[in-house]
Amino acid sequence: MADKIRVLLAKPGLDGHDRGIKVIAAAFRDAGFEVIYTGLRQTPDQIVTAAIQEDVDAVGVSILSGAHMTLFPAILKRLREAGGDDILLFGGGIIPDEEIAELEKVGIARIFTPGAATTDIVDWLREAVKNNKSDEKIM
Amino acid sequence: MFDKTFLENLKEYRKKWDADVAKMPQDARPRYMTVSGDDVNILYGPESVNMDKYLDKIGFPGEFPYTRGVHKTMYRGKMWTMRQFSGMGTPKQTNERYHYLLKEGTNGLSVAFDLPTLMGYDSDSDRSLGEVGKCGVAVDTLADMETIFDGIDTSKISTSMTINAPASILLAMYIALSENKGVSSHKLRGTLQNDILKEYIAQKEWIYPPEPSIRLITDMMAFCSEHVPMWNTISISGYHIREAGATAAQELAFTLADGFQYVESAMAAGQDIDVFSKRLSFFFNAHQDFFEEIAKYRAARRIWAKRMRYKYGAKQERNWLLRFHTQTAGCSLTAQQPENNLMRTAFEALSGVLGGTQSLHTNSMDETLALPSEKAVLLALRTQQIIMNETGVTNTIDPLAGSYYVEYLTDKIEAEAEEYFDEIERRGGVLKCIEEGYFQRELAKSAYRYQKEIERGERIIVGVNGYVMDEDIDIPILKIDEGIAEEQISNLKKTKETRDNDKAKRTLAELTECARGTGNTMKAILECVRVYATEEEICDAMRPVFGEYNEPPMF
Repeated sequence: MADKIRVLLAKPGLDGHDRGIKVIAAAFRDAGFEVIYTGLRQTPDQIVTAAIQEDVDAVGVSILSGAHMTLFPAILKRLREAGGDDILLFGGGIIPDEEIAELEKVGIARIFTPGAATTDIVDWLREAVKNNKSDEKIM
Repeated sequence: MFDKTFLENLKEYRKKWDADVAKMPQDARPRYMTVSGDDVNILYGPESVNMDKYLDKIGFPGEFPYTRGVHKTMYRGKMWTMRQFSGMGTPKQTNERYHYLLKEGTNGLSVAFDLPTLMGYDSDSDRSLGEVGKCGVAVDTLADMETIFDGIDTSKISTSMTINAPASILLAMYIALSENKGVSSHKLRGTLQNDILKEYIAQKEWIYPPEPSIRLITDMMAFCSEHVPMWNTISISGYHIREAGATAAQELAFTLADGFQYVESAMAAGQDIDVFSKRLSFFFNAHQDFFEEIAKYRAARRIWAKRMRYKYGAKQERNWLLRFHTQTAGCSLTAQQPENNLMRTAFEALSGVLGGTQSLHTNSMDETLALPSEKAVLLALRTQQIIMNETGVTNTIDPLAGSYYVEYLTDKIEAEAEEYFDEIERRGGVLKCIEEGYFQRELAKSAYRYQKEIERGERIIVGVNGYVMDEDIDIPILKIDEGIAEEQISNLKKTKETRDNDKAKRTLAELTECARGTGNTMKAILECVRVYATEEEICDAMRPVFGEYNEPPMF
């Protein structure tokens, strides 16, 4: 049996809209993932430090404040600097399509928008972590 | 209302009717339930609701217990205020939007601040990176508020400010800018959200821990009773509690429980309930379940009136009134087929009006995508104007009273709220429940249940899990220019250079002393604001005394 997926969830930025990320946390938990939720107003440094310490497979962040174009790349950059190359970064929020394309181009694994089903997010993460791990083995 | 034999016969007949219905084929829906997840019967009649105590429970508008409305004449006497929440980018852009809204017939302003302002950070703080002017207007000093209200007579309009943790500072700025224009604080009308308890429960924009936060609020209430008597000091808000996932009954119960807490805190600070309580108002969400929402507003008025009169002993009738603002539910809007949000908002707005709201904000169709464009804002305002002028619902007061279903729901939601009040008390009160995460857990559970209902197909959301289309979304989206942070930071720098820095330092030190002692913090804050101290400087002046709040993460 495959190892349990370990995922860190956090909310960067100043807004306190944590309904979505808590729903996702509960859905991941029910899907059998190990969920570490570090809460609100996490700086990119805090998120990355926690991700490395907890040795997670993926980091999911939720941004509803409009600061996504600043925060996603900032987290990704620090994650790479800290040696977390094998950690997937994904997220969700109110993010226009063309900006999703830009973010995915720079290396954010996936952005979910309002209305996404938790089952789809669970399935996606399971697949993405599996593919990410087999890539590592090949290398 | 009905005699006993009639009701007994009716109940017997109902059994027979129910048995007939049970044999008939019905739509294959797994459950019939409200948005809150409560089962709904196929039919309600006189047997479903106890109307014996008509005058005690329902009665007349403008009379205790105000189930039917707070005014005797309701919308014939005073139409609701169409108050569209807005604000974005720089103070100058916001000022332009306000002149536009006033020209188009809005009659109250409602200021949305950006997140740094809501959290007490200046635009040049590290914490503000990427957030300046995004969700609302950036305010650092009095100079920004002067720009926002440039050319607007603050003695003529009412202004609502959605600000909580740093509410005292923003009110102080509004007072100072008005005084500078020659408008006395006694003439100012408006509302401050200033509801810190729901921040801990749902919206999560806090600075200090609950106890010093409550002191800031009671200091402000005392200050306003004396100097800004027409100002509504707290808008006790269920809106965010609902958005965070609450059911209708949870929204109602947690909000009113917060209200009771403010009343008790102000009374404990020695204030006269008959002076401060007339300035408390409420803010509810209008979600998609039409009847459930109407019942919620009616139950809210009844519960509040009874508590204020019997439990807290308010003597003046006007202090028994629950007056409220309504905003349609942001969380009910979908990013898919966004034009559908126009219809959702219209139904929700209608429930607010039928529920007797005093003011209303209708959301714009594009708000799940970005801040609303001018066109979307105009359509949202027109929705209210159509309800007011074309639908006929304002002709007669509380037209749904006496509907067996609505009266049944009103009683039911009231009873559920009472159960929550008992539970909160058993757990040691509102502050204790916040500390222990009781509210937060209840909301997370309800939000998850709702999401599951959608994913299991028990609940159909048009465009999301039913009637799905491949679509290119082509509604215009408002983009906030990333350059505004620079502009704002440079203005802030200029203000800091041109103000009297010695005075700013002195007033800030006096505020720290005031916080340490028992003086009125609102007075000390006003002195800081007048000499252009920044919001963050003022917050920092109290931080060493009050500390900071941190929430243990939970889900």
